[in-house]
Amino acid sequence: MAKASQAAAPAVEKISLLRVLGPAHVWALGVGIVLVGEYMGWNFGVGKGGAYAALIACWFAGLLYTCVAMIDSEVTSTVAAAGGQFTQAKHIVGPLMAFNVGLYLVFAYTMLEAGNAITIGFLVDTVANMAGHSGIDQRPFIILSIMFLAWLNYRGVLATLNFNLVITAIAFIAVILLFFGVAPWSADSPLKHADLMAGDAALPYGWIGVVAAMHFGLWYYLGIEGTTQAAEEVRSPARALPFGTMAGIITLLIAATLTWYVCAGLMPWEYLGQAGVPLFDAGRLSGSTTLMVLLGIGTLFSTLASANGCINDASRAWFGMGRDHYLPAWFGAVHPKFRTPYRSIIFLVPVALVFALGAPLDQVITFSILSGLLEYTFMPINVILFRKKWPLDTIKRGYVHPFHPLPALVLLALCAVTYFAVFLGYGTQLIAMVGFYIVVSLWFHFWRYRFVKRGDQFTMPWPRPRGY
Amino acid sequence: MAKYVPPKQSKLGQIFDVIVLLVLIIGALRLPLLLGMAGGSKVSAPVADPTWETLKQSPAMVEKWNALGITDPASVNEMITARYDYWAFSTLELLVMIVVVIGYFVLVVRFSNVEYKEVIAEKFGDRK
Repeated sequence: MAKASQAAAPAVEKISLLRVLGPAHVWALGVGIVLVGEYMGWNFGVGKGGAYAALIACWFAGLLYTCVAMIDSEVTSTVAAAGGQFTQAKHIVGPLMAFNVGLYLVFAYTMLEAGNAITIGFLVDTVANMAGHSGIDQRPFIILSIMFLAWLNYRGVLATLNFNLVITAIAFIAVILLFFGVAPWSADSPLKHADLMAGDAALPYGWIGVVAAMHFGLWYYLGIEGTTQAAEEVRSPARALPFGTMAGIITLLIAATLTWYVCAGLMPWEYLGQAGVPLFDAGRLSGSTTLMVLLGIGTLFSTLASANGCINDASRAWFGMGRDHYLPAWFGAVHPKFRTPYRSIIFLVPVALVFALGAPLDQVITFSILSGLLEYTFMPINVILFRKKWPLDTIKRGYVHPFHPLPALVLLALCAVTYFAVFLGYGTQLIAMVGFYIVVSLWFHFWRYRFVKRGDQFTMPWPRPRGY
Repeated sequence: MAKYVPPKQSKLGQIFDVIVLLVLIIGALRLPLLLGMAGGSKVSAPVADPTWETLKQSPAMVEKWNALGITDPASVNEMITARYDYWAFSTLELLVMIVVVIGYFVLVVRFSNVEYKEVIAEKFGDRK
Protein backbone atom coordinates (compact mmCIF):
# COMPACT_ATOMS: atom_id res chain seq x y z
CA MET A 1 0.00 0.00 0.00
CA ALA A 2 2.80 2.37 0.78
CA LYS A 3 4.00 1.94 -2.79
CA ALA A 4 0.56 2.59 -4.18
CA SER A 5 0.10 5.68 -2.10
CA GLN A 6 3.44 7.01 -3.20
CA ALA A 7 2.51 6.48 -6.82
CA ALA A 8 -0.66 8.48 -6.45
CA ALA A 9 0.66 11.29 -4.31
CA PRO A 10 2.95 14.26 -4.56
CA ALA A 11 6.38 14.38 -2.95
CA VAL A 12 5.18 15.75 0.36
CA GLU A 13 3.15 12.56 0.96
CA LYS A 14 5.98 10.03 0.57
CA ILE A 15 5.81 9.09 4.21
CA SER A 16 3.57 6.17 5.08
CA LEU A 17 1.57 5.53 8.24
CA LEU A 18 3.33 3.45 10.93
CA ARG A 19 2.47 -0.27 11.34
CA VAL A 20 2.53 -0.53 15.12
CA LEU A 21 -0.89 -1.84 16.20
CA GLY A 22 -1.95 -5.32 17.37
CA PRO A 23 -5.36 -7.07 17.87
CA ALA A 24 -5.81 -5.49 21.33
CA HIS A 25 -5.54 -2.03 19.79
CA VAL A 26 -8.10 -3.01 17.14
CA TRP A 27 -10.43 -4.16 19.93
CA ALA A 28 -9.76 -0.92 21.83
CA LEU A 29 -10.42 1.19 18.74
CA GLY A 30 -13.73 -0.58 17.99
CA VAL A 31 -15.05 -0.96 21.54
CA GLY A 32 -13.57 2.38 22.59
CA ILE A 33 -15.66 4.21 20.01
CA VAL A 34 -18.81 2.27 20.75
CA LEU A 35 -18.88 1.60 24.49
CA VAL A 36 -20.14 5.14 25.03
CA GLY A 37 -23.34 3.91 23.36
CA GLU A 38 -23.98 2.04 26.61
CA TYR A 39 -23.28 5.14 28.70
CA MET A 40 -25.58 7.47 26.74
CA GLY A 41 -27.88 7.54 23.74
CA TRP A 42 -29.21 3.93 23.66
CA ASN A 43 -31.86 4.95 26.17
CA PHE A 44 -33.59 7.27 23.68
CA GLY A 45 -34.84 3.94 22.28
CA VAL A 46 -36.68 3.48 25.59
CA GLY A 47 -38.30 6.86 24.93
CA LYS A 48 -39.40 5.70 21.48
CA GLY A 49 -40.91 2.37 22.50
CA GLY A 50 -40.47 1.55 26.20
CA ALA A 51 -37.92 -0.62 27.98
CA TYR A 52 -38.86 -3.99 26.42
CA ALA A 53 -38.81 -2.39 22.98
CA ALA A 54 -35.27 -1.11 23.64
CA LEU A 55 -34.17 -4.63 24.63
CA ILE A 56 -35.66 -6.24 21.53
CA ALA A 57 -34.07 -3.46 19.44
CA CYS A 58 -30.75 -4.13 21.18
CA TRP A 59 -30.82 -7.77 20.08
CA PHE A 60 -31.99 -7.08 16.53
CA ALA A 61 -29.34 -4.38 16.23
CA GLY A 62 -26.85 -6.97 17.57
CA LEU A 63 -27.90 -9.25 14.70
CA LEU A 64 -27.46 -6.35 12.25
CA TYR A 65 -23.95 -5.70 13.53
CA THR A 66 -23.05 -9.39 13.50
CA CYS A 67 -23.85 -9.33 9.77
CA VAL A 68 -21.81 -6.11 9.45
CA ALA A 69 -18.84 -7.68 11.24
CA MET A 70 -19.00 -10.89 9.16
CA ILE A 71 -19.22 -9.07 5.84
CA ASP A 72 -16.73 -6.40 6.77
CA SER A 73 -14.17 -8.88 8.08
CA GLU A 74 -14.07 -10.74 4.76
CA VAL A 75 -13.68 -7.63 2.65
CA THR A 76 -11.28 -5.94 5.07
CA SER A 77 -9.04 -8.98 5.40
CA THR A 78 -8.54 -8.61 1.63
CA VAL A 79 -8.59 -4.81 1.25
CA ALA A 80 -6.30 -3.90 4.15
CA ALA A 81 -5.77 -0.19 3.52
CA ALA A 82 -6.34 3.08 5.33
CA GLY A 83 -9.79 4.47 4.72
CA GLY A 84 -11.42 1.08 5.40
CA GLN A 85 -14.81 0.89 3.68
CA PHE A 86 -13.90 3.90 1.53
CA THR A 87 -11.06 1.93 -0.07
CA GLN A 88 -13.29 -1.13 -0.36
CA ALA A 89 -15.98 0.85 -2.21
CA LYS A 90 -13.39 2.34 -4.56
CA HIS A 91 -12.19 -1.10 -5.65
CA ILE A 92 -15.52 -2.89 -5.66
CA VAL A 93 -18.40 -0.50 -6.50
CA GLY A 94 -16.83 2.62 -7.96
CA PRO A 95 -15.53 6.13 -7.20
CA LEU A 96 -18.82 7.91 -6.45
CA MET A 97 -19.84 5.18 -4.00
CA ALA A 98 -16.40 5.49 -2.41
CA PHE A 99 -16.82 9.25 -2.06
CA ASN A 100 -20.19 8.74 -0.36
CA VAL A 101 -18.85 6.01 1.92
CA GLY A 102 -15.99 8.30 2.91
CA LEU A 103 -18.50 10.97 3.86
CA TYR A 104 -20.68 8.46 5.77
CA LEU A 105 -17.64 7.54 7.83
CA VAL A 106 -16.58 11.11 8.43
CA PHE A 107 -20.06 12.25 9.49
CA ALA A 108 -20.96 9.18 11.52
CA TYR A 109 -17.75 9.64 13.52
CA THR A 110 -17.69 13.43 13.65
CA MET A 111 -21.29 13.59 14.86
CA LEU A 112 -20.55 10.86 17.40
CA GLU A 113 -17.55 12.88 18.53
CA ALA A 114 -19.83 15.93 18.91
CA GLY A 115 -22.32 13.81 20.88
CA ASN A 116 -19.53 12.66 23.18
CA ALA A 117 -18.42 16.21 23.83
CA ILE A 118 -22.03 17.24 24.63
CA THR A 119 -22.22 14.36 27.12
CA ILE A 120 -18.97 15.44 28.80
CA GLY A 121 -20.44 18.92 29.24
CA PHE A 122 -23.70 17.44 30.57
CA LEU A 123 -21.84 15.18 33.01
CA VAL A 124 -19.79 18.08 34.36
CA ASP A 125 -23.02 20.08 34.77
CA THR A 126 -24.77 17.17 36.58
CA VAL A 127 -21.85 16.65 38.97
CA ALA A 128 -21.63 20.42 39.59
CA ASN A 129 -25.37 20.53 40.37
CA MET A 130 -24.97 17.64 42.82
CA ALA A 131 -22.16 19.60 44.48
CA GLY A 132 -24.39 22.67 44.75
CA HIS A 133 -22.97 24.68 41.83
CA SER A 134 -25.85 25.14 39.42
CA GLY A 135 -25.83 26.83 36.03
CA ILE A 136 -22.19 26.33 35.01
CA ASP A 137 -21.23 26.99 31.40
CA GLN A 138 -20.72 23.61 29.66
CA ARG A 139 -19.07 25.04 26.55
CA PRO A 140 -15.48 25.32 27.82
CA PHE A 141 -15.53 21.62 28.75
CA ILE A 142 -16.88 20.68 25.32
CA ILE A 143 -14.22 22.71 23.51
CA LEU A 144 -11.43 21.54 25.79
CA SER A 145 -12.24 17.85 25.37
CA ILE A 146 -12.34 18.05 21.55
CA MET A 147 -9.15 20.13 21.37
CA PHE A 148 -7.24 17.86 23.77
CA LEU A 149 -8.17 14.69 21.89
CA ALA A 150 -7.37 16.27 18.52
CA TRP A 151 -3.93 17.18 19.90
CA LEU A 152 -3.44 13.61 21.14
CA ASN A 153 -4.34 12.27 17.69
CA TYR A 154 -2.04 14.79 16.06
CA ARG A 155 0.85 13.49 18.17
CA GLY A 156 0.64 9.81 17.19
CA VAL A 157 -1.54 6.77 16.72
CA LEU A 158 0.17 4.41 19.18
CA ALA A 159 -0.12 6.78 22.13
CA THR A 160 -3.71 7.54 21.13
CA LEU A 161 -4.79 3.90 21.04
CA ASN A 162 -2.82 2.93 24.15
CA PHE A 163 -4.75 5.70 25.90
CA ASN A 164 -7.98 4.23 24.49
CA LEU A 165 -7.08 0.70 25.57
CA VAL A 166 -6.73 1.72 29.22
CA ILE A 167 -9.78 4.00 29.52
CA THR A 168 -12.01 1.63 27.51
CA ALA A 169 -11.09 -1.27 29.80
CA ILE A 170 -11.91 0.83 32.88
CA ALA A 171 -15.28 1.92 31.41
CA PHE A 172 -16.16 -1.71 30.54
CA ILE A 173 -15.18 -2.99 34.00
CA ALA A 174 -17.38 -0.24 35.55
CA VAL A 175 -20.45 -1.70 33.76
CA ILE A 176 -19.62 -5.21 35.03
CA LEU A 177 -19.07 -3.93 38.60
CA LEU A 178 -22.40 -2.07 38.49
CA PHE A 179 -24.16 -5.32 37.58
CA PHE A 180 -22.54 -7.14 40.52
CA GLY A 181 -23.05 -4.09 42.76
CA VAL A 182 -26.85 -4.11 42.34
CA ALA A 183 -26.84 -7.89 43.04
CA PRO A 184 -29.87 -8.96 40.95
CA TRP A 185 -29.94 -12.34 42.76
CA SER A 186 -30.37 -10.71 46.19
CA ALA A 187 -33.73 -9.93 47.85
CA ASP A 188 -32.36 -6.48 48.78
CA SER A 189 -31.53 -5.59 45.19
CA PRO A 190 -32.74 -2.11 44.14
CA LEU A 191 -33.80 -3.54 40.76
CA LYS A 192 -37.60 -3.45 40.34
CA HIS A 193 -38.24 -4.73 36.81
CA ALA A 194 -41.66 -6.20 37.57
CA ASP A 195 -42.93 -2.97 39.15
CA LEU A 196 -41.39 -0.53 36.67
CA MET A 197 -42.44 -2.44 33.57
CA ALA A 198 -45.98 -3.44 34.49
CA GLY A 199 -49.16 -2.48 32.61
CA ASP A 200 -48.81 0.38 30.11
CA ALA A 201 -45.12 0.74 30.96
CA ALA A 202 -44.36 -2.64 29.35
CA LEU A 203 -44.89 -1.58 25.74
CA PRO A 204 -46.34 1.97 25.87
CA TYR A 205 -46.68 2.21 22.07
CA GLY A 206 -47.44 -1.45 21.38
CA TRP A 207 -45.39 -3.33 18.78
CA ILE A 208 -44.85 -0.32 16.53
CA GLY A 209 -42.77 1.07 19.41
CA VAL A 210 -40.45 -1.92 19.04
CA VAL A 211 -39.87 -1.01 15.40
CA ALA A 212 -39.41 2.67 16.32
CA ALA A 213 -36.83 1.73 18.98
CA MET A 214 -34.59 0.19 16.28
CA HIS A 215 -33.57 3.78 15.48
CA PHE A 216 -31.56 4.09 18.69
CA GLY A 217 -30.91 0.33 18.90
CA LEU A 218 -28.06 0.95 16.49
CA TRP A 219 -26.46 3.22 19.05
CA TYR A 220 -25.43 0.24 21.21
CA TYR A 221 -22.93 -0.75 18.52
CA LEU A 222 -22.52 2.14 16.07
CA GLY A 223 -18.91 2.58 15.01
CA ILE A 224 -17.59 -0.97 15.58
CA GLU A 225 -16.88 -1.17 11.85
CA GLY A 226 -14.32 1.60 12.45
CA THR A 227 -11.73 -1.05 13.26
CA THR A 228 -10.96 -1.22 9.55
CA GLN A 229 -9.79 2.39 9.52
CA ALA A 230 -6.57 1.26 11.18
CA ALA A 231 -5.83 -1.32 8.46
CA GLU A 232 -2.68 0.40 7.28
CA GLU A 233 -1.36 0.80 10.80
CA VAL A 234 -1.92 -2.81 11.98
CA ARG A 235 1.02 -5.22 11.93
CA SER A 236 -1.02 -8.19 10.67
CA PRO A 237 -4.30 -6.93 9.19
CA ALA A 238 -5.66 -10.28 7.92
CA ARG A 239 -5.47 -11.74 11.45
CA ALA A 240 -5.88 -8.77 13.75
CA LEU A 241 -8.82 -7.03 12.06
CA PRO A 242 -11.35 -9.94 12.04
CA PHE A 243 -10.20 -11.05 15.52
CA GLY A 244 -10.38 -7.56 17.04
CA THR A 245 -13.75 -6.81 15.39
CA MET A 246 -15.44 -10.08 16.43
CA ALA A 247 -14.09 -9.76 20.00
CA GLY A 248 -15.44 -6.21 20.01
CA ILE A 249 -18.98 -7.29 18.97
CA ILE A 250 -19.01 -9.95 21.74
CA THR A 251 -17.88 -7.38 24.31
CA LEU A 252 -20.59 -4.96 23.21
CA LEU A 253 -23.37 -7.56 23.25
CA ILE A 254 -22.49 -8.35 26.88
CA ALA A 255 -22.20 -4.69 27.88
CA ALA A 256 -25.42 -3.69 26.08
CA THR A 257 -27.52 -6.42 27.70
CA LEU A 258 -26.14 -5.71 31.18
CA THR A 259 -26.69 -1.99 30.72
CA TRP A 260 -30.30 -2.44 29.68
CA TYR A 261 -30.95 -4.88 32.54
CA VAL A 262 -29.61 -2.60 35.27
CA CYS A 263 -31.06 0.68 33.95
CA ALA A 264 -34.53 -0.73 33.16
CA GLY A 265 -34.72 -2.07 36.70
CA LEU A 266 -33.74 1.21 38.32
CA MET A 267 -35.59 3.98 36.44
CA PRO A 268 -39.16 4.62 35.23
CA TRP A 269 -39.17 4.39 31.42
CA GLU A 270 -40.31 8.01 31.01
CA TYR A 271 -37.16 9.21 32.82
CA LEU A 272 -34.82 6.66 31.27
CA GLY A 273 -36.09 7.51 27.78
CA GLN A 274 -34.68 11.04 27.94
CA ALA A 275 -31.78 10.74 30.43
CA GLY A 276 -28.49 12.35 29.37
CA VAL A 277 -26.23 10.03 31.40
CA PRO A 278 -28.30 6.90 32.21
CA LEU A 279 -25.50 4.71 33.59
CA PHE A 280 -24.34 7.49 35.89
CA ASP A 281 -27.98 7.81 37.05
CA ALA A 282 -28.01 4.04 37.60
CA GLY A 283 -24.89 4.45 39.75
CA ARG A 284 -26.69 7.14 41.77
CA LEU A 285 -29.73 4.87 42.25
CA SER A 286 -27.65 1.85 43.23
CA GLY A 287 -27.29 3.29 46.73
CA SER A 288 -23.50 3.01 46.62
CA THR A 289 -21.35 6.15 46.50
CA THR A 290 -18.43 4.08 45.19
CA LEU A 291 -20.54 2.84 42.27
CA MET A 292 -21.81 6.36 41.57
CA VAL A 293 -18.23 7.69 41.38
CA LEU A 294 -17.12 4.70 39.33
CA LEU A 295 -19.95 5.15 36.81
CA GLY A 296 -19.23 8.88 36.65
CA ILE A 297 -15.61 8.05 35.80
CA GLY A 298 -16.82 5.36 33.39
CA THR A 299 -19.05 7.90 31.61
CA LEU A 300 -16.19 10.36 31.33
CA PHE A 301 -13.72 7.71 30.12
CA SER A 302 -16.13 6.14 27.65
CA THR A 303 -16.93 9.51 26.08
CA LEU A 304 -13.24 10.41 25.89
CA ALA A 305 -12.34 7.00 24.40
CA SER A 306 -15.13 7.29 21.88
CA ALA A 307 -14.33 10.83 20.83
CA ASN A 308 -10.68 9.84 20.60
CA GLY A 309 -11.42 6.89 18.32
CA CYS A 310 -13.82 9.00 16.28
CA ILE A 311 -11.17 11.62 15.57
CA ASN A 312 -8.79 8.80 14.60
CA ASP A 313 -11.29 7.19 12.20
CA ALA A 314 -12.83 10.31 10.68
CA SER A 315 -9.41 11.78 9.95
CA ARG A 316 -8.23 8.53 8.27
CA ALA A 317 -11.30 8.53 6.02
CA TRP A 318 -10.82 12.23 5.15
CA PHE A 319 -7.09 11.60 4.60
CA GLY A 320 -7.84 8.66 2.29
CA MET A 321 -10.12 10.84 0.17
CA GLY A 322 -7.56 13.62 0.03
CA ARG A 323 -4.80 11.22 -0.99
CA ASP A 324 -6.92 10.04 -3.93
CA HIS A 325 -7.84 13.64 -4.86
CA TYR A 326 -11.54 13.00 -4.14
CA LEU A 327 -10.98 16.00 -1.89
CA PRO A 328 -8.25 18.64 -2.30
CA ALA A 329 -4.90 16.84 -2.23
CA TRP A 330 -3.74 19.05 0.63
CA PHE A 331 -5.60 16.75 3.03
CA GLY A 332 -3.60 13.71 1.90
CA ALA A 333 -0.44 14.71 3.76
CA VAL A 334 1.22 12.76 6.59
CA HIS A 335 3.02 14.61 9.38
CA PRO A 336 6.81 14.32 8.79
CA LYS A 337 7.54 13.61 12.46
CA PHE A 338 4.41 12.09 14.04
CA ARG A 339 3.34 10.19 10.88
CA THR A 340 -0.33 11.10 11.36
CA PRO A 341 -2.85 12.65 8.90
CA TYR A 342 -2.51 15.93 10.75
CA ARG A 343 -4.23 18.27 8.31
CA SER A 344 -7.37 16.11 8.26
CA ILE A 345 -7.33 15.97 12.06
CA ILE A 346 -7.18 19.75 12.34
CA PHE A 347 -9.78 20.40 9.61
CA LEU A 348 -12.46 18.27 11.29
CA VAL A 349 -12.12 19.99 14.69
CA PRO A 350 -14.32 23.03 13.84
CA VAL A 351 -16.90 20.81 12.13
CA ALA A 352 -17.28 18.80 15.35
CA LEU A 353 -17.41 21.98 17.42
CA VAL A 354 -20.17 23.54 15.29
CA PHE A 355 -22.46 20.63 16.11
CA ALA A 356 -21.30 20.01 19.69
CA LEU A 357 -21.96 23.63 20.63
CA GLY A 358 -25.23 24.18 18.83
CA ALA A 359 -27.39 21.07 18.55
CA PRO A 360 -29.38 18.86 20.96
CA LEU A 361 -27.92 15.45 21.77
CA ASP A 362 -30.69 13.30 20.26
CA GLN A 363 -30.45 15.15 16.95
CA VAL A 364 -26.65 14.93 16.78
CA ILE A 365 -26.96 11.21 17.53
CA THR A 366 -29.59 10.84 14.80
CA PHE A 367 -27.22 12.44 12.25
CA SER A 368 -24.56 9.95 13.28
CA ILE A 369 -26.98 7.00 13.15
CA LEU A 370 -28.24 8.02 9.71
CA SER A 371 -24.74 8.17 8.25
CA GLY A 372 -24.03 4.78 9.84
CA LEU A 373 -27.27 3.38 8.44
CA LEU A 374 -26.42 4.53 4.92
CA GLU A 375 -23.05 2.84 5.32
CA TYR A 376 -24.63 -0.44 6.45
CA THR A 377 -26.93 -0.31 3.41
CA PHE A 378 -23.84 -0.02 1.22
CA MET A 379 -22.24 -3.13 2.79
CA PRO A 380 -24.60 -5.78 1.32
CA ILE A 381 -24.25 -4.13 -2.10
CA ASN A 382 -20.49 -4.17 -1.61
CA VAL A 383 -20.11 -7.81 -0.59
CA ILE A 384 -22.52 -9.12 -3.26
CA LEU A 385 -20.55 -7.26 -5.95
CA PHE A 386 -17.26 -8.40 -4.37
CA ARG A 387 -18.23 -12.08 -4.61
CA LYS A 388 -19.62 -11.54 -8.13
CA LYS A 389 -16.59 -9.69 -9.50
CA TRP A 390 -14.02 -11.81 -7.67
CA PRO A 391 -15.42 -15.26 -6.78
CA LEU A 392 -13.70 -17.17 -3.96
CA ASP A 393 -11.30 -19.00 -6.28
CA THR A 394 -9.94 -15.80 -7.86
CA ILE A 395 -8.38 -13.97 -4.90
CA LYS A 396 -7.26 -15.17 -1.49
CA ARG A 397 -9.21 -13.83 1.48
CA GLY A 398 -7.85 -13.68 5.04
CA TYR A 399 -11.36 -14.60 6.21
CA VAL A 400 -14.38 -15.98 4.30
CA HIS A 401 -17.75 -15.29 5.92
CA PRO A 402 -20.19 -18.23 5.89
CA PHE A 403 -23.72 -18.56 4.43
CA HIS A 404 -23.29 -15.90 1.74
CA PRO A 405 -25.60 -14.17 0.68
CA LEU A 406 -27.77 -14.73 3.78
CA PRO A 407 -25.93 -12.21 6.04
CA ALA A 408 -26.13 -9.60 3.25
CA LEU A 409 -29.87 -10.11 2.79
CA VAL A 410 -30.56 -10.08 6.55
CA LEU A 411 -28.53 -6.89 6.85
CA LEU A 412 -30.47 -5.27 4.00
CA ALA A 413 -33.80 -6.23 5.60
CA LEU A 414 -32.74 -4.89 9.01
CA CYS A 415 -31.58 -1.64 7.40
CA ALA A 416 -35.01 -1.26 5.75
CA VAL A 417 -36.69 -1.71 9.15
CA THR A 418 -34.34 0.87 10.67
CA TYR A 419 -35.09 3.46 7.96
CA PHE A 420 -38.75 3.06 8.87
CA ALA A 421 -37.84 3.34 12.57
CA VAL A 422 -36.01 6.63 11.96
CA PHE A 423 -38.92 7.81 9.81
CA LEU A 424 -41.20 7.33 12.84
CA GLY A 425 -40.57 10.58 14.66
CA TYR A 426 -37.49 11.84 12.76
CA GLY A 427 -38.69 11.66 9.12
CA THR A 428 -37.73 15.18 8.05
CA GLN A 429 -34.21 14.75 9.42
CA LEU A 430 -33.87 11.55 7.38
CA ILE A 431 -35.00 13.25 4.16
CA ALA A 432 -32.70 16.26 4.81
CA MET A 433 -29.70 14.00 5.35
CA VAL A 434 -30.29 11.91 2.21
CA GLY A 435 -30.93 15.16 0.30
CA PHE A 436 -27.49 16.35 1.41
CA TYR A 437 -25.86 13.17 0.09
CA ILE A 438 -27.67 13.52 -3.25
CA VAL A 439 -26.40 17.10 -3.66
CA VAL A 440 -22.77 16.24 -2.80
CA SER A 441 -22.95 13.18 -5.09
CA LEU A 442 -23.93 15.39 -8.03
CA TRP A 443 -21.16 17.85 -7.08
CA PHE A 444 -18.62 15.02 -7.07
CA HIS A 445 -19.74 13.32 -10.28
CA PHE A 446 -20.08 16.47 -12.39
CA TRP A 447 -17.27 18.58 -10.91
CA ARG A 448 -14.82 17.09 -8.48
CA TYR A 449 -14.15 13.78 -10.26
CA ARG A 450 -12.30 15.55 -13.10
CA PHE A 451 -9.31 15.96 -10.75
CA VAL A 452 -9.10 12.24 -10.03
CA LYS A 453 -6.80 9.88 -11.92
CA ARG A 454 -8.66 6.90 -13.35
CA GLY A 455 -6.66 3.66 -13.44
CA ASP A 456 -4.37 4.71 -10.58
CA GLN A 457 -7.29 4.48 -8.14
CA PHE A 458 -7.16 0.71 -8.42
CA THR A 459 -4.20 -0.23 -6.23
CA MET A 460 -4.96 -3.82 -5.17
CA PRO A 461 -2.99 -6.63 -6.88
CA TRP A 462 -6.19 -8.30 -8.07
CA PRO A 463 -7.12 -9.69 -11.49
CA ARG A 464 -9.60 -7.92 -13.76
CA PRO A 465 -13.09 -8.04 -12.22
CA ARG A 466 -15.52 -10.41 -13.94
CA GLY A 467 -17.96 -8.70 -16.28
CA TYR A 468 -15.72 -5.66 -16.94
CA MET B 1 -7.78 3.27 -23.48
CA ALA B 2 -5.68 6.44 -23.42
CA LYS B 3 -4.48 7.37 -19.94
CA TYR B 4 -6.56 10.16 -18.49
CA VAL B 5 -4.46 13.05 -17.18
CA PRO B 6 -6.47 15.14 -14.73
CA PRO B 7 -6.04 18.91 -14.76
CA LYS B 8 -3.90 20.25 -11.95
CA GLN B 9 -6.09 22.11 -9.51
CA SER B 10 -4.80 25.49 -8.42
CA LYS B 11 -4.43 26.39 -4.73
CA LEU B 12 -7.33 28.80 -5.12
CA GLY B 13 -9.47 26.06 -6.67
CA GLN B 14 -8.63 23.73 -3.78
CA ILE B 15 -9.61 26.38 -1.25
CA PHE B 16 -12.84 27.02 -3.17
CA ASP B 17 -13.70 23.30 -3.10
CA VAL B 18 -13.05 23.15 0.64
CA ILE B 19 -15.36 26.13 1.18
CA VAL B 20 -18.07 24.54 -0.99
CA LEU B 21 -17.80 21.35 1.06
CA LEU B 22 -17.92 23.21 4.35
CA VAL B 23 -20.97 25.20 3.24
CA LEU B 24 -22.69 22.00 2.09
CA ILE B 25 -21.84 20.14 5.29
CA ILE B 26 -22.73 22.85 7.76
CA GLY B 27 -25.56 24.29 5.69
CA ALA B 28 -27.30 21.05 4.81
CA LEU B 29 -26.91 19.52 8.25
CA ARG B 30 -27.53 22.64 10.33
CA LEU B 31 -30.39 23.96 8.22
CA PRO B 32 -32.93 21.31 9.36
CA LEU B 33 -31.92 22.12 12.94
CA LEU B 34 -32.30 25.87 12.42
CA LEU B 35 -35.66 25.47 10.69
CA GLY B 36 -36.88 23.18 13.46
CA MET B 37 -37.31 20.34 10.95
CA ALA B 38 -35.02 17.97 12.82
CA GLY B 39 -35.60 16.11 16.05
CA GLY B 40 -38.34 13.97 17.47
CA SER B 41 -42.00 14.84 16.93
CA LYS B 42 -42.97 14.13 20.53
CA VAL B 43 -45.98 16.04 21.88
CA SER B 44 -46.74 16.63 25.57
CA ALA B 45 -50.26 16.43 26.98
CA PRO B 46 -49.80 17.64 30.55
CA VAL B 47 -52.56 16.86 33.03
CA ALA B 48 -54.08 19.58 35.21
CA ASP B 49 -53.01 19.58 38.88
CA PRO B 50 -50.76 16.55 38.46
CA THR B 51 -50.24 14.00 41.21
CA TRP B 52 -48.26 10.78 40.96
CA GLU B 53 -51.57 8.91 40.72
CA THR B 54 -52.97 11.03 37.87
CA LEU B 55 -49.63 10.60 36.10
CA LYS B 56 -50.14 6.82 36.46
CA GLN B 57 -47.01 6.28 38.52
CA SER B 58 -46.99 3.24 40.82
CA PRO B 59 -45.46 3.40 44.35
CA ALA B 60 -42.31 1.67 43.04
CA MET B 61 -41.98 4.29 40.29
CA VAL B 62 -42.54 7.14 42.78
CA GLU B 63 -39.80 5.67 44.97
CA LYS B 64 -37.40 5.83 42.01
CA TRP B 65 -38.43 9.40 41.06
CA ASN B 66 -37.72 10.44 44.64
CA ALA B 67 -34.36 8.66 44.58
CA LEU B 68 -33.54 10.69 41.48
CA GLY B 69 -34.24 13.84 43.49
CA ILE B 70 -37.61 14.54 41.85
CA THR B 71 -40.32 14.86 44.46
CA ASP B 72 -42.74 17.27 42.77
CA PRO B 73 -44.87 15.53 40.10
CA ALA B 74 -45.58 18.88 38.43
CA SER B 75 -41.89 19.20 37.52
CA VAL B 76 -42.05 16.04 35.36
CA ASN B 77 -45.63 16.46 34.13
CA GLU B 78 -44.52 17.21 30.56
CA MET B 79 -41.83 14.54 30.54
CA ILE B 80 -44.20 11.79 31.65
CA THR B 81 -47.08 12.75 29.37
CA ALA B 82 -45.00 13.36 26.21
CA ARG B 83 -45.76 10.82 23.47
CA TYR B 84 -44.99 10.20 19.79
CA ASP B 85 -47.97 9.74 17.53
CA TYR B 86 -46.56 7.08 15.22
CA TRP B 87 -49.78 6.63 13.28
CA ALA B 88 -49.98 10.32 12.35
CA PHE B 89 -47.71 10.02 9.29
CA SER B 90 -49.22 10.04 5.84
CA THR B 91 -48.69 7.33 3.26
CA LEU B 92 -47.40 10.02 0.91
CA GLU B 93 -44.61 10.96 3.37
CA LEU B 94 -43.64 7.31 3.66
CA LEU B 95 -43.60 6.91 -0.13
CA VAL B 96 -41.44 10.05 -0.48
CA MET B 97 -38.96 8.59 2.00
CA ILE B 98 -38.83 5.25 0.18
CA VAL B 99 -38.38 6.93 -3.23
CA VAL B 100 -35.67 9.29 -1.92
CA VAL B 101 -33.63 6.54 -0.24
CA ILE B 102 -33.91 4.01 -3.07
CA GLY B 103 -33.44 6.74 -5.70
CA TYR B 104 -30.30 7.90 -3.93
CA PHE B 105 -28.71 4.45 -3.94
CA VAL B 106 -29.72 3.80 -7.56
CA LEU B 107 -28.16 7.14 -8.58
CA VAL B 108 -24.92 6.47 -6.70
CA VAL B 109 -24.51 2.89 -7.93
CA ARG B 110 -25.25 3.81 -11.57
CA PHE B 111 -22.92 6.84 -11.67
CA SER B 112 -20.29 4.79 -9.84
CA ASN B 113 -20.54 2.07 -12.45
CA VAL B 114 -19.94 4.56 -15.25
CA GLU B 115 -16.80 5.83 -13.48
CA TYR B 116 -15.72 2.30 -12.52
CA LYS B 117 -15.74 1.13 -16.16
CA GLU B 118 -13.21 3.87 -17.00
CA VAL B 119 -11.03 2.88 -14.05
CA ILE B 120 -10.96 -0.78 -15.06
CA ALA B 121 -10.44 0.00 -18.75
CA GLU B 122 -7.43 2.20 -17.95
CA LYS B 123 -5.99 -0.17 -15.35
CA PHE B 124 -6.40 -3.45 -17.27
CA GLY B 125 -6.71 -2.15 -20.84
CA ASP B 126 -9.71 -2.30 -23.15
CA ARG B 127 -11.44 -5.67 -23.47
CA LYS B 128 -10.40 -7.59 -26.56
